[in-house]
Amino acid sequence: MVRSPDQAAPVPVERLHVALELEIPSDVRFIERVVELVARQCEQFRFTARQTTLNIPVALTEAISNAILRGNEESASKRVQVKADVTEARLVLEVLDEGVGFDLEACLVDPTLPENVIREDGRGLFLMAQLMDTVERFTSFGNVVRMTLRRHD
Amino acid sequence: MSFAIRKQGEILVVDVEGQLIVGNRQELKQKVLDELERGERKFLIDFSQTGYIDSSGLGVLVSLSKKIREQGGELRLANLNDDLKTLFELTKLDTLFQIADTRERALETF
Repeated sequence: MVRSPDQAAPVPVERLHVALELEIPSDVRFIERVVELVARQCEQFRFTARQTTLNIPVALTEAISNAILRGNEESASKRVQVKADVTEARLVLEVLDEGVGFDLEACLVDPTLPENVIREDGRGLFLMAQLMDTVERFTSFGNVVRMTLRRHD
Repeated sequence: MSFAIRKQGEILVVDVEGQLIVGNRQELKQKVLDELERGERKFLIDFSQTGYIDSSGLGVLVSLSKKIREQGGELRLANLNDDLKTLFELTKLDTLFQIADTRERALETF
C-alpha cells in the first residue's frame, strides 16, 4: 500500500534519538523556557507524568540556576549551555557554565536534618540527587553538571 | 506565572499561578512582606494552579513563614498536588508547614 506523506505511519519512538543543545545568557528568566522544551521532548518519549512535571523540571531548574547564579555569577558576558540527550530509555542532561566548578560531595548537605529544615537555602543539590538517578560534576571546556534519568514505564 | 492576592475574611489568600522558582520568588516574597507591613497577619498560599517549585521557591516559603511568625502571624499552605506533596515530603518541609488539602479546609481551621 502506498501512503501519502499525510498518512505516513508514526515513527517508532524506540528508534528515535533526540539531542537538544541550547545556550542562554546568565539570566534566570530564561530557565523556564529551557525546562519546558526539555520536558516536552521527554513527554514525547513517554517519560511518566511524574518525571516530566516534577523530576525533570525541578532538577534541571536547579542545575541551570546554579550555573547562572554561582558558576557564572550572573555575569552578562557569560553563557550557560544546556544539552539534553533523550532516547526511549533515558535522559542525559548536561549543564555547562564558565565558573571554576565546585566539589559536589562537599556542597551536598542534608536539608532534612532537624537543624537544617528551617534553613532557607541548601536544598538545590539535594533535590537534584533525589530526583535524578545520577548527578556528577566534572570539567570539560567549563564546569559541567551531568544528570541522568531512566524512563520509567 | 503570577500571584493573585485577595482577602477572605481576615485571611490573605495568595494564589500561585505557574511556577514558583528562582525567576519569580522575590516577587512573591515582596508582595507578602508588603501585606505583612500593612498589618495583615494570617496568610494562606494556595497552590492549586501551581506547576513546580524549586529550592529557591521553597526557601522563600521558609523565609516568609519565619518573618510572619516573628510578627505574631501565621502562614498556611493549601492544595498541593501529588508532585508538590512529594517535594515537601522529600525535603521534610511538610513537618514545618501546616498544609491543608483544600482552601476551604484551610480557611475553616485558621
